[in-house]
Amino acid sequence: MIDGTANSIKSFLKTLSPVDQVGAEARAAMLATRSIKTSSKSWAIDMAISMIDLTTLEGADTAGKVKAICNKAVRPDPSDPTVPHVGAICVYNDMVKIARTHLDAAGGRDIPVAAVSTAFPSGRASLEVKRVDTEDAIAHGAAEIDMVIDRGAFLSGDLEKVYSEIQYIKSLCEGRAHLKVILETGELVTLDNVRKASFLAMAAGADFIKTSTGKVAPAATAPVVLVMLEAVRDWYAMTGVKIGVKPAGGIRTTKDAIKQLVLVNETAGPEWLNPQLFRIGASALLNDLLMQRMKLRDGHYAGPNYVTLD
Amino acid sequence: MRIDVKKTYKLFIGGAFPRSESGRTYEIANSKGIFIANPAQASRKDLRDAVVSARAAFTGWSGATAFNRGQILYRAAEIMEGRAAQFVDEIVAVEGISSTAAKKQVQEAIDAWVWYSGWCDKIGSIYGSTNQVSGAFYNFTIPEPIGVVGAFAPQKSSLLGLVQTIAPIIATGNTVVVVASQKLPLSAITLAEVLATSDLPGGVVNILTGITAELAPWMGSHMDVDAVDASGLTAAQDKELRIAGTENLKRISTFKAETSPQRILAFMEQKTVWHPIGI
Repeated sequence: MIDGTANSIKSFLKTLSPVDQVGAEARAAMLATRSIKTSSKSWAIDMAISMIDLTTLEGADTAGKVKAICNKAVRPDPSDPTVPHVGAICVYNDMVKIARTHLDAAGGRDIPVAAVSTAFPSGRASLEVKRVDTEDAIAHGAAEIDMVIDRGAFLSGDLEKVYSEIQYIKSLCEGRAHLKVILETGELVTLDNVRKASFLAMAAGADFIKTSTGKVAPAATAPVVLVMLEAVRDWYAMTGVKIGVKPAGGIRTTKDAIKQLVLVNETAGPEWLNPQLFRIGASALLNDLLMQRMKLRDGHYAGPNYVTLD
Repeated sequence: MRIDVKKTYKLFIGGAFPRSESGRTYEIANSKGIFIANPAQASRKDLRDAVVSARAAFTGWSGATAFNRGQILYRAAEIMEGRAAQFVDEIVAVEGISSTAAKKQVQEAIDAWVWYSGWCDKIGSIYGSTNQVSGAFYNFTIPEPIGVVGAFAPQKSSLLGLVQTIAPIIATGNTVVVVASQKLPLSAITLAEVLATSDLPGGVVNILTGITAELAPWMGSHMDVDAVDASGLTAAQDKELRIAGTENLKRISTFKAETSPQRILAFMEQKTVWHPIGI
């Protein structure tokens, strides 16, 4: 389909159907009204917990904080062993080794560490810096690389640069790490651009497409996630390859998370309802899910005093 | 001929006026049984949302200076004074009492704000203490706010009872989720309009209208409610609330209609600090 030249990329993206923005917003809003209760809710909460990429991406991160979230990833609710562990830990590069070592020590061998790479969050660095950034993360034990695309190049029409950069990072990850490509939809302006960027990333070799860095608002809005889920569905129909989706940023409550699961089920289909194909990048969300879980278990409302502080 | 513009009586949660998430309303009749209004009928989820708002507001409100809280309570009295006539009309319509009696109730309610506003920066001096200890320490005991308080306003007094419930709770930095009198809730929503324009941060006072018996068990068992003013409950509801409240050791109190510093202290905890002399 694409041989890497500017012309082949352009002609491929021209074959994509445009996004009906009003329709996408209306459908996302309609799906958000679905009511998920009792046993379905209980299932959805556990599924959402197992899909979380428990994230800490602060300038003020310390080794202690990373260790604390690793413990939380393994046993989200220390008082209840029936709570599943989270999908992954997501940290900056220099914390990868600490997270990997501590996860192994805390009994979380099967929880991967994801590193945000390629000069996250802006992506404004030379390709060489991005290469070193990525190699370094993989060398220290990152099993997933969350890279950012060059939004400046995308918006100015230099699609070839965006494509070749993703392809290059993919070649570094090949066989060693999963590649998640962050589109930063808050900077892409239109849903048409989101669809184009999604296909560009998938064609260049992304294993996952991710909405946002969490540093730009708006982040993972429902219409954006809907468009990306439609893109992976269409890509599956075209190529038979299943690509994952990861909304990140702004998903803070159980209600938000369940809305995302409804979107997945109704758009990409139930096959995507597993942590291999759908992840939620979040930090505060986990506590809310745990409180809702306690409410279902105990029959009364829990409070923030009964979950761990992050 | 002009059609009256009727007010929609909604809830007051986090500084906003939402309808009940359940979409329900219930009918209010006056003392003669004639229909007056359809206020919102809060559900347990509205109560939950209100507790979340109250918890979020607690840090800011309890961290404000006592003087500042006093000014804001006094401001509520100022704003109420300007809307006194509206309160009088509502009380006359709902309670069926004379306008003279209604006016007296409104004035007492306004005075209660002023009275409690004065207590804000004095309660610590009067009920705190410097303690004698056998050692080289200063030892202070200071009353501190308890946290998020749930409250059931008295059923028989539409405005005065409500103000006497809210003012002592928030004076010291607590935040409150108050369930208004089931049959007399209209003044509560008008009071919310006063509080919304009194510089009171959103979420410090949250007012729910609805069926008391439906909301009481959820208030009692909520793990993020630290204390309850159960004045508006029946004996049976009070007992049930006290049993549910043992789960997180809620402090549960009931009061006669009164204005008293004891109502303030009921929602405070005494904190004792040891400080070495010479450092």
